[in-house]
Amino acid sequence: MNYIANPIAIAIFLTFVGFVLGMSFFFARKAKSAEGYFAAGGNIHWFVNGVAFAGDYLSAASFLGICGLIATQGYDGFLYSIGYLAGWIVALFVVAEPMKRLGKYTFTDALDAKFNSKSIQLMAAISTLAVSIFYLIPQMVGAGVLVTPLLGLPHWMGVCMVGAIVITIVATAGMTSTTYVQFLKGGLLIIFSTVITIMVLNRGFSTETRPETFNPKTIEASSVTAAATVEYHGQNFVKVVEDGVANWWIVQEDGILLEAQSKTETAAGETLYNGAPKEDNKFKSVGHITKLPDGQTETGKVGFFKYFSTIQGSEIVRYPKSKVAKFDDSGDHVKVFVPEVTSGEELMIPGQKFKIKTSIGKLNFISLMLALFLGTASLPHILIRYYTVPSQRDARKSTIVAISGIGFFYVLTLFIGFGAMTLGVIDVESGNMSAPLLAKAFGIFLFSTISAIAFATVLGTVSGLIVATSGAIAHDLMDNYMGIKMNDKQKVMAGKTAAFAVGIIAIVLGISFKGMNVAFLVGWAFAVAASANLPSIIMLLFWKKTTAKGIAFSIGVGMVAALLIILTSPSMYGQYGLDPATALHKLDNPGIISIPLSFITLVVVSLMTQKDNEGLDFEV
Amino acid sequence: MLHEPAAKAEKDAASDWKAKLGIKLFWLYCLIYMGFVGIAVYATETMKTPVLAGANLAIIYGLALIIFAITLGLIYNHLCTKKEDELSAEDGGSK
Repeated sequence: MNYIANPIAIAIFLTFVGFVLGMSFFFARKAKSAEGYFAAGGNIHWFVNGVAFAGDYLSAASFLGICGLIATQGYDGFLYSIGYLAGWIVALFVVAEPMKRLGKYTFTDALDAKFNSKSIQLMAAISTLAVSIFYLIPQMVGAGVLVTPLLGLPHWMGVCMVGAIVITIVATAGMTSTTYVQFLKGGLLIIFSTVITIMVLNRGFSTETRPETFNPKTIEASSVTAAATVEYHGQNFVKVVEDGVANWWIVQEDGILLEAQSKTETAAGETLYNGAPKEDNKFKSVGHITKLPDGQTETGKVGFFKYFSTIQGSEIVRYPKSKVAKFDDSGDHVKVFVPEVTSGEELMIPGQKFKIKTSIGKLNFISLMLALFLGTASLPHILIRYYTVPSQRDARKSTIVAISGIGFFYVLTLFIGFGAMTLGVIDVESGNMSAPLLAKAFGIFLFSTISAIAFATVLGTVSGLIVATSGAIAHDLMDNYMGIKMNDKQKVMAGKTAAFAVGIIAIVLGISFKGMNVAFLVGWAFAVAASANLPSIIMLLFWKKTTAKGIAFSIGVGMVAALLIILTSPSMYGQYGLDPATALHKLDNPGIISIPLSFITLVVVSLMTQKDNEGLDFEV
Repeated sequence: MLHEPAAKAEKDAASDWKAKLGIKLFWLYCLIYMGFVGIAVYATETMKTPVLAGANLAIIYGLALIIFAITLGLIYNHLCTKKEDELSAEDGGSK
């Protein structure tokens, strides 16, 4: 799609980002000490902290990724909402209280409290780095996604902008500014998502396509002359040249041709959309309803439950990635986006993304749900927010506020996602933009406001992650593991230098992973976190025979296993430009193998090294 | 230093009680979550069954999991706060 920058959108966006930066500089004064930099001085009110918690958690993965997945794949996207929230149950009920009992609040420090082992310090710091970087990738991809429709800038520029702003924020103020940025955008995201949901419900459904949405024409094959014909996976395509513009049509039954949208990269290096340059605006958004229940053509305003039952009784045209035809035509690389009519009944149950009718699909599904459930409690940037309030009771109350806000938002993702699908606002090249583009269908003000909030979402989450990562480097690696003695000021300086380096890495990765769904990418971060960290946390708290070597090996094996499975998965093969079918295995989600493997490693190594625990007098 | 908890590790007489309650609530939620995953994987078609105001089981079960998590969180907070107050009152009374 061609995105044209709107001056009002730019003005709203710049005002918001300017405000966020101003806030960051204001709070910089409060972050002179190391505690102020990394833990906001422990003076944040529990309600503010709870909303900031929600702000942290409702990252680009939730707003852009989940809504985008629902918009393109239906109910399967909602599985992420369910899993992300369920993860809080583990964090609140299993990990939080015992960790507090230990008087420790981070993974590394809790493990260290018992063993004071160099190998644990090293492995825990590396796993914190790995998880944070995996979590950073989707945020940076999300940043690129946002600026494209908003400012008309290319993806890489958005990634660089976020990188630069975040490095400034983190290097300036640390946790205090991060908390207030998260509070502001967490609150605003929930409010404006509610507004979009109300507008979606008020608008209802219609079989009439919006003028901005692609509405394919049909013609008799005999009425045109084919410039080329191609067969791809049993489907025939015809190139027709009209007024000097070449377009691709899909051959239907009975000699009918259905108009298709296409992207062509010519041998001369030019990119054409529907046979013309992007600026000609021939390439449109997609998705529409072809049939409503009881032969209706329009429903008018619908209620909460009626919204779902109406979709269940409808038929919707989607353009799944799996249906894209890719072939060469006279040296040009052509992609034709092929529609698929799907019944609403199928879209409202799991099965579009996760092929759960096959064994590997079942395994992928269970693996994802396991990683989401166990991942939250193992995310370093989520755990550190637990220490920014004055007391344990406040920490618990802020968690409840967070769960309520996050849960409420996740209910809204259903309306935003299906709203984008049925209103035809989806960019066939990237589902990630669905939520902002849905807002655009309701007006430029809502679009630019929600995009600015989403951009701040990315800023806030990336800031939090970079604080956690720089903490792992400055505190866990340099101070604890290497034993480099630094005063308070030097520690903050080391943290800020680390933040700069991690920011640069994040920019590079954000550009490399363009086009992948951000919720899916976050699913990987959860899998790495759950595989590397959770077995150690659980076993330390609940199994007295756990040894330092058991923990160090468990973290290492869990992390490496998860990373290896991800790097050799079909999705990554697609990212490398290889055929996903040739991947080493069919598993896209590693949790089901790497999490048990990490547990087993811990138990086996601990049993083999029981002597190490002799003389250790420590009650958890 | 950098990871020193800002939420101070104050003396907490209710911590064992809270940890046990947390584990019980965790298993309760875990069972219901596993039920959802089980139906989705092994009885996917059942998810199409309308259960409330025309909305199917997939939607209602999914929404219920979210609402149940919030409800359990509120119950847990209420019970923990009550227990902490009780124990601190007892503690204060015995002095």
